[in-house]
Amino acid sequence: MKMTKLVVVGASSGGIEAISKFLSKLPVSLNIPVIIVLHIGNNKISTLLSQLNNKTSFLVKEAEEKETINPKTVYFAPPNYHIQVEENRTISLSTDAKVNFSRPSIDVLFETAAWVYKDEIIGILLTGSNNDGSKGLLEIKKHGGKTIVENPKTAFSKTMPYTATTLFEPDYIINIEDIAVKITELCIE
Amino acid sequence: MSNNENILAFNPENFDTQNIELDLLLQAVNLKYGYDFRNYNKAHLKRRIYQRLKLSGLNSISELQNKVLWDKEFYRIFLQDLSINVTEMFRDPDFYMSFRKKVISDLKTYAHIKVWHAGCSSGEEVYSLAIILKEENLLQRTQIYATDINKSVLETARQGIYSNKEIELYSRNYLDSGGKGQLSDYYTSKYGAVLFDKSLSKNIVFADHNLVTDGVFAEVNLVFCRNVLIYFDKFLQNKVLKLFSESLSKRGFLCLGTKESLKFTNFEDGFTVIDKKMKIYKKSQI
Repeated sequence: MKMTKLVVVGASSGGIEAISKFLSKLPVSLNIPVIIVLHIGNNKISTLLSQLNNKTSFLVKEAEEKETINPKTVYFAPPNYHIQVEENRTISLSTDAKVNFSRPSIDVLFETAAWVYKDEIIGILLTGSNNDGSKGLLEIKKHGGKTIVENPKTAFSKTMPYTATTLFEPDYIINIEDIAVKITELCIE
Repeated sequence: MSNNENILAFNPENFDTQNIELDLLLQAVNLKYGYDFRNYNKAHLKRRIYQRLKLSGLNSISELQNKVLWDKEFYRIFLQDLSINVTEMFRDPDFYMSFRKKVISDLKTYAHIKVWHAGCSSGEEVYSLAIILKEENLLQRTQIYATDINKSVLETARQGIYSNKEIELYSRNYLDSGGKGQLSDYYTSKYGAVLFDKSLSKNIVFADHNLVTDGVFAEVNLVFCRNVLIYFDKFLQNKVLKLFSESLSKRGFLCLGTKESLKFTNFEDGFTVIDKKMKIYKKSQI
């Protein structure tokens, strides 16, 4: 595997706590961008983002249309928009139909990111009670990226990570507390 | 670096054959049918095209290109695949609320109002706008041109008949947007569908228009184009914004989707911001 240039994360129910734990453990030395899809319905995320900003040295923000993907930044998909990665490593948004009953959909982020970043990406699927994300995670694996699934046994909601493990064998199945450490390892390798 | 070193440094694994296929397909569609998708966002196009490959049992974009060129019926389906047809009534109620507060009072000073709703899809937002104009007693003196590239969604828009599946969401959106009555005041319900009142569409002309290749067709006081520009690259965004700017009368309004913006485009200086968050702009007086 080549150097990691992007980390993508998907989470659904129980996701706020999981993401918060994950982000708070990201080391200052890590110099990569993170893009996150969190299923949150039509609710606004500005309060959540400012809370998360206090927990990490990364800049946490809502992704903007046509924005360049920068290191040390955490991008959240805006509620009710799909988030996609473009060939020139910028972000595009879309109001397309829901995928897996979700907009934003984790599959949409994972697939489009895999096409562009190929083996320079790590995909992480966290807690959730639906089936979004597993196909996209497989697409990341197929393109040579690394895949991490939160341990379904300890996850708040096991369905989403468990579904991924039934579809293929992810590279790592680990507890939420250990994911940031694993990423740091993979990025240093 | 010598030429030889350049060749050696080239890694064939990085060479994305699918991107070549995609470029060729878009060029073929433009040459054969005159529809130019070359400046649409590629991630969006790829997702739609891969879906079509799967559904039709095709192995590659090149195979699809062959079918698109030789099979007109297949091309028609392909065109539907690429068009943007997800919409809802009073989408982003906060926007409509702001429109009521910040645009309507200006429009009231005009004897006649002309509106261009570009990329109207199946028309849900056209009827939303018509309802607001009716509640503000402006609909009588307004002419709305509602256009889209896709003739089949325009037919739906013209009929004003929608499934009642989403009507609960629409009713909630309507109230959240500052609606003065009930959404049900404007439609009749029958056989699981709702039919919007014909008085709403009396002054609406639905027409086929391609933002990429067609030009200005009227001078209007308001351009309404929400969640269309996000599907375009920067070049095409600027081209379409030029079209809007040329279509707008002095001090005309431009309403974009809430995640779209004039920031970083060639037209940032040509407009004043009326509502920064809701993306309502007014053409400057130059």
